[in-house]
Amino acid sequence: MSPDPATNHAAHPHEIEMPHASLRDYLIGFALSVVLTAIPFWLVMTMPLSAGATAAIIMGFAVVQIVVHMIFFLHMTPKAEGGWSLTSLVFTIIVLGIALAGSLWVMHHLNANMMPMPHDMNQLP
Amino acid sequence: MSTTTLAKPDEELSFYQLDEHPHPEGHSTMLGFWIYLMSDCLIFSILFACYAVLGGNYAAGPAPKDLFELPLVALNTAMLLFSSITYGFVVLQMQQGKVRGTQIWLAVTALFGAAFLAIELYEFSHLIHIGATPQRSAFLSAFFTLVGTHGLHVTFGIVWLLTLMVQLGRYGLIPANKRRVLCLSMFWHFLDVVWIGVFTIVYLMGMLQ
Repeated sequence: MSPDPATNHAAHPHEIEMPHASLRDYLIGFALSVVLTAIPFWLVMTMPLSAGATAAIIMGFAVVQIVVHMIFFLHMTPKAEGGWSLTSLVFTIIVLGIALAGSLWVMHHLNANMMPMPHDMNQLP
Repeated sequence: MSTTTLAKPDEELSFYQLDEHPHPEGHSTMLGFWIYLMSDCLIFSILFACYAVLGGNYAAGPAPKDLFELPLVALNTAMLLFSSITYGFVVLQMQQGKVRGTQIWLAVTALFGAAFLAIELYEFSHLIHIGATPQRSAFLSAFFTLVGTHGLHVTFGIVWLLTLMVQLGRYGLIPANKRRVLCLSMFWHFLDVVWIGVFTIVYLMGMLQ
């Protein structure tokens, strides 16, 4: 290929950079996930709180558990892949937020502005 | 590739780099696969948005409270969570260079994945049997699309797990296979992340309505 021996040498480099995982990380992540899953299920199955409070708490637990998975299972760090994986993640979360919040917002207003209709359409003149 | 053809007239002047920068093979695979997962995440975000908008339109049909059985969903969640930690063991075995151990934990992960899928298919068949088909209401259409798409991802994940076991048996822990193990690791854990959203928004929030 290239006549330059220097570039040839670099063509057989050490292996690609791989995230280093440790047993400790996985066990911490697993323990946290079990707790963060069990509590929401317990809250909904036994209903010790009001529905509104339960909904807020389980949404909070879901967000925390997603972060736990990102850190301990997916090995996300600000430095991974030169920061590009975190950048793309942040971008995706922004788009996700716009899609979710935007859909709910638009459709809620659409529903709110619909002409009231009787459920039984035969009652219409 | 060849600097000799272009560099004849003036050798000092170079507007662009003529020599190739050698990159190790597959050095960008991990990032590329991560960006694929992010695009997959966008698919799920749209399906979640669909479910959030349509999830209350029962068309006088069954509501989540009438359909979902939380113990079954809890069991399903446990299966996926166990498969996540066993995939962690796959990566650890791979880092130690143990082909046999990597294959065994891949098989265990596939079993947990299959158990998850079996429970989900049982739930779907039960729902369809009692008449809660995707055609029944907008809520059920959105439910089957969202949960079904996740289940389809798990199915392909299991196909990949089995393929990787064969690959490892044939070629061992070559760099390409290590890369594949790490890509599947991202895929598998990503599916677990999506499932957190599914069981929270679809099942738990559904039971609260």
